[in-house]
Amino acid sequence: MSQAKVPVWVSIALIPFINVMLAFFVSALVILALGEDPIEAAGYLIYGAFGYEEGIGYTLYYATNLIFTGLAVSVAFKAGLFNIGGEGQAYIGGLGVGLVCLWFDSTLPLMVIVPIAIIGGALFGAAWAYIPAYLQARRGSHVVITTIMFNFIASSLMVYLMVNWLKQDGRMSPNSRTFEESAWLPYMHELFAPFGIELSESPLNASFIWALICCVFVWILIWHTRWGYQLRTLGTNATAAVYAGIDNGKVTIWVMLISGGLAGFVGLNEIMGVNHSLLLNFTAGYGFAGIAVSLMGRNHPVGIVVAAILFGALYQGGAELAFEIPSITPEIVVVIQGLVILFSGALENMLKDRIEGIFIRKSVA
Amino acid sequence: MFETLILILDATMRVSTPLILAALAGLFSERSGIVDIGLEGKILGGAFAAAAAAAVFGSAWVGLIFAMLASIGLALIHGFACITHRGDHIVSGVAINTIVAGLTVTLGLDWFGMGGQTPTLSGDARFLSITLPFADALADVPVIGLIYSELLSGHNVLVYLAFACVPVTFWVIYKTRFGLRLRAVGENPHAVDTAGISVAFLRYRAVIICGILCGLAGAYLSTAHNAGFLKDMSAGKGYIALAALIFGKWKPVPVMLACLLFGFLDAVAVRMQGVSLPGIGEIPVQAIEVLPYVLTVLLLAGFIGKAIGPKAVGRPYVKERA
Repeated sequence: MSQAKVPVWVSIALIPFINVMLAFFVSALVILALGEDPIEAAGYLIYGAFGYEEGIGYTLYYATNLIFTGLAVSVAFKAGLFNIGGEGQAYIGGLGVGLVCLWFDSTLPLMVIVPIAIIGGALFGAAWAYIPAYLQARRGSHVVITTIMFNFIASSLMVYLMVNWLKQDGRMSPNSRTFEESAWLPYMHELFAPFGIELSESPLNASFIWALICCVFVWILIWHTRWGYQLRTLGTNATAAVYAGIDNGKVTIWVMLISGGLAGFVGLNEIMGVNHSLLLNFTAGYGFAGIAVSLMGRNHPVGIVVAAILFGALYQGGAELAFEIPSITPEIVVVIQGLVILFSGALENMLKDRIEGIFIRKSVA
Repeated sequence: MFETLILILDATMRVSTPLILAALAGLFSERSGIVDIGLEGKILGGAFAAAAAAAVFGSAWVGLIFAMLASIGLALIHGFACITHRGDHIVSGVAINTIVAGLTVTLGLDWFGMGGQTPTLSGDARFLSITLPFADALADVPVIGLIYSELLSGHNVLVYLAFACVPVTFWVIYKTRFGLRLRAVGENPHAVDTAGISVAFLRYRAVIICGILCGLAGAYLSTAHNAGFLKDMSAGKGYIALAALIFGKWKPVPVMLACLLFGFLDAVAVRMQGVSLPGIGEIPVQAIEVLPYVLTVLLLAGFIGKAIGPKAVGRPYVKERA
């Protein structure tokens, strides 16, 4: 079956769209099985996510995390590496951000803390990805398994650090002290207020802008640099990459460093932007959700932004939905996520050949 | 001291049981060439189905059957994606883990309205411990009495079943025709195909066996070890089982030993909480908890022997067309 005859829009838009629709269709069946009306549910969901300004703010706030982890997964994916460790890298990256805030919040102004925190998050996240990357590149251990193991190691490490070192004295809950306000990322409604634009209050903060900058950065890096070309060659055909004189090990390590660094930025949004203190479990599955976002967005920054906003809408709309229809839990979002991963990832070949077949026959006739 | 050791080993057996069942499940799947990251999801799904059915029908055995059915269903989805549609094994496994994590809570809330849990099970709805013959009579005999009555007796039927599964798996994998073909299909599916044996059918059977064993592991968690289903109760056991599978180099007896080692670490971690050791001080619980994962990473990196899996694992088989 020759690939050349299939129109581009079929493979980059139609097939992914149908896959996602299938996932939503099965989700609708689940809601139907719970004895609720899926169309009514979708109505609450869409209203909750986009129907009012605060809802939109929440949607974009969730999307921020998902852009970071989605980009992280997709950069690695482009090089043929499956980074399941986004969760752990985001967790440790958040530790980096939190430590920067704890150290500098009373001595430096925000404008100085922000770049240091960005570097801190990236360095810590990248460091956590470095070990699996090094082991894959130099010792041949599979990055999938090692990153899974590192998720667990990260979570134990954080419990240890929080309970023994970072916990605020005299408190039971394992939280660090609240940062001084000079280490709080400005909220969007605060940022826009001086310009006379009134936004309603939501957790949406400046890290959203950084997420979009990261998208541009990733786009340039992967499609417009020599290094990005090496990365894509490695992902398409590792053997050919060797013959082209590409050092696969080196590329592997750098890809994972960037992937881990991107995942680490979740801490900017969660720790510096919203919680204003280091705490346990702030990653809340965003690392895994990034897999769905990346698959749905076809590993392209534009697709990832769209997919992240859609998933952000599911999180926020899902909360609204759970409030309106108590028999539906917010966990329905997790189910939808899983179905998206199943249909647009694992089952992507199910319809591909058939749909492509239709278009090939048409062009022949 | 001796009694403490026996108690730790006793706990080890109980903690290791779901790991052994799940790791053997993974062994069947991976020996046939299908990577299974979805062990976690299948355990969780099995645990939920077992607890839900046991609560409704009041019988742990009915729960066990439902656990196996649920887990086989998930295994078939995995097979459908990986075998029939040549999908990525890891993506499919991640999908299954995610779907189950959400679905168990959603269905649990809808069916029982207890925040995603199932009702507490009691009586026939649970697998209770079995006292082996003469256990009470022998209890007072020094050394042997304690080993027999504490360590070997007093477990539930699934614990014994899990340990019985190890020699059975060994026999199936190494001594039967099915086992030979199973190993062959994981190493070189092409050869198997050339011999006129269906690669897909073999792999489907392997995946179904994997489902059955994960169902047992799940049922053990919710109807034997605990008295009901709790949200996310598998708590990484599927991944530990996967680690044990690698640690045991895809061989039944070493896999069981790896499970026992990880179970032992778990049992020790519980005991070590707040205990200060002479010369070292208090070892943080997290450091012991994390050992299985660290050991697996070290093993994979080749620092403590080399773990080499079945050759064709994770690769979709495309039948050549003339």
